[in-house]
Amino acid sequence: MDKHVAPTSVSEQANQIPADLLLRIDEAVTHYPVSKRSASLPLLHLWQNHFGFIDDSGVNWIAKRLELEPINILELVTFYPWFRQQAAGKVCIRVCRTLSCALAGSFEVRDAFCKAAGIDPKAESHGHTPPVSADGKFSVEFVECLASCGSAPVALIDDDLVEDITPEGTATILSQYN
Amino acid sequence: MKSLLLPPHPKERRIVFKNAWTQGYTPDIDCYLQHGGYEELKKAIVMKPGEIIDEVKKSNLRGRGGAAFPCGVKWGFIRHDDGKPHYITCNGDESEPGTFKDRYILHNDPHQLLEGMAIAAFALNVHLAYIYIRCEFPKAAGIVTKAIEEARARGFLGKNILGSGFDLEIYVHQGAGAYICGEETSLIESIEGKRPYPRIKPPYFPAVLGLYMSPTIVNNVETFCHVKQIFKLGSEEYANMGTPGDGGTRVMCVSGDVMRPGPYEIPVGGVTMGELINDVCGGLKPGRTLKAIIPGGSSSKIMRAGEVYKIKVKGPDGEMIDKEVPLLDLPMDAASLAAAGTMIGSGGVIVMDDSRNMLWALNNLNTFYAHESCGQCTPCREGVLWIDKMTTRMVKGDGIAQDPTTLKNVADNIAGRTVCAFGEAASWPVQSFLQKFPEEFEVAAK
Repeated sequence: MDKHVAPTSVSEQANQIPADLLLRIDEAVTHYPVSKRSASLPLLHLWQNHFGFIDDSGVNWIAKRLELEPINILELVTFYPWFRQQAAGKVCIRVCRTLSCALAGSFEVRDAFCKAAGIDPKAESHGHTPPVSADGKFSVEFVECLASCGSAPVALIDDDLVEDITPEGTATILSQYN
Repeated sequence: MKSLLLPPHPKERRIVFKNAWTQGYTPDIDCYLQHGGYEELKKAIVMKPGEIIDEVKKSNLRGRGGAAFPCGVKWGFIRHDDGKPHYITCNGDESEPGTFKDRYILHNDPHQLLEGMAIAAFALNVHLAYIYIRCEFPKAAGIVTKAIEEARARGFLGKNILGSGFDLEIYVHQGAGAYICGEETSLIESIEGKRPYPRIKPPYFPAVLGLYMSPTIVNNVETFCHVKQIFKLGSEEYANMGTPGDGGTRVMCVSGDVMRPGPYEIPVGGVTMGELINDVCGGLKPGRTLKAIIPGGSSSKIMRAGEVYKIKVKGPDGEMIDKEVPLLDLPMDAASLAAAGTMIGSGGVIVMDDSRNMLWALNNLNTFYAHESCGQCTPCREGVLWIDKMTTRMVKGDGIAQDPTTLKNVADNIAGRTVCAFGEAASWPVQSFLQKFPEEFEVAAK
């Protein structure tokens, strides 16, 4: 290897794809016999579930795998609120912001989660890159209606829906993810 | 969801929700088969496709996603032998604020959905179908995927279903956090792997130019489950449960300031608004009085306590006559709510009591629409942001005298000027809150 050339970054996600992820990607593509492009979202999900976010190498890799231009993938990453281009917390706390949850106190619940996780409650937290605690463990963000308005306020913590949350109960909830 | 663990309220009739809330019921196929699972698919698959569509027409089933379009009529747009591939996409993007019913079907009774979809697919000559599940239901995606594998293994999906020679593959497609994907053409764009900008109608009616530019039927999760129930009960009994032209049961999702919020499955028109809130949901919180109701998801026009509406009801001779009906006596069906100037929509009823500030509530919804506009059409992309900025500043006490007029002006100029119904969905709350509660906006506009 030429010493004067910076090593291609081994930290790029596309250089770290494990075999089982490749298998799952191949399987997902078979679900769309009419158009490979349809597999864009499933591949982005698989990628983000594994790496936590999607870097430029991921955008390029997925585009190549589906015989698309990188912009066809990048425009999805920037459009859909779920996708991230930077790491969030190891545990993602998504508090529902919309009316029924707000009526039931979701703003106080969001603030309490922030305090329990050591995050400034004033930090902007309604976009692609939520605030993360100093230890990288938790991110807290508002999301729009989680479709569980009858048990408001609710939050999605990783894959778990947590219902009927009180501000006082947030620290106990977080302790279950330690 | 605590209310569902209670026995059904006497006003309820759980058919779609029957299994999901039976003690000990599990989402696996063996449990479903023990509860009469796939018996209706067996009946349907020996019928002629046209007969199946006729049954659905006779049932008077209306779509449960929000538009309340007659399901059988929609299916009738598909020409069975036009030589084109046909598709079904099930809309499980449940994201209209105030709506929470499909999640329980997806999590607790996924085979009921698959059976309804299989019946629909056979009737519509569909061999490939997708279930679009919002990614905020990650467990549901896993449960439905497992259910599909089970149904394939038992011959209810896949090749040569039940020896009929009919093939059907169903796959789960997960969304990625965008409300707009609940709009049917946006959902189709999303499955095609594109930015989900809604398509303009005409010409892009899904039944004509849908998924991959082929005829496509998009139905809500609950709607497909009702299809199964139509074949279980018979279209006549199913239709008789509801009102003329609006058959069966409907899950009403009640949230906000009531004692027992929850999703309640009730024969269409089987309760009035007052019975739903005061009887089924246990009334308001102690010492509180009713202020406002959003009757059909956040996009529906708000109703103010004490209002009286002129609707059509069945008179003593069976003819439809005009009658003045107070808000709490309004029957919960699509026609009555339309006559009252709003809509039953997705069945999401949000109740607010006298402790609530209507400017604050509207601002919450405006922030939702500002966050969720897809940005394709200028009036919506720009307008919803300005609406949100205006109410945000009014909530902070920085409103100015012309704010209510400007708000109405902006909303009036979004509605009707966009590709999809999001423009109306975002404008109707603004217009109706301003119309029904002008004093709360005037106070904030100094």
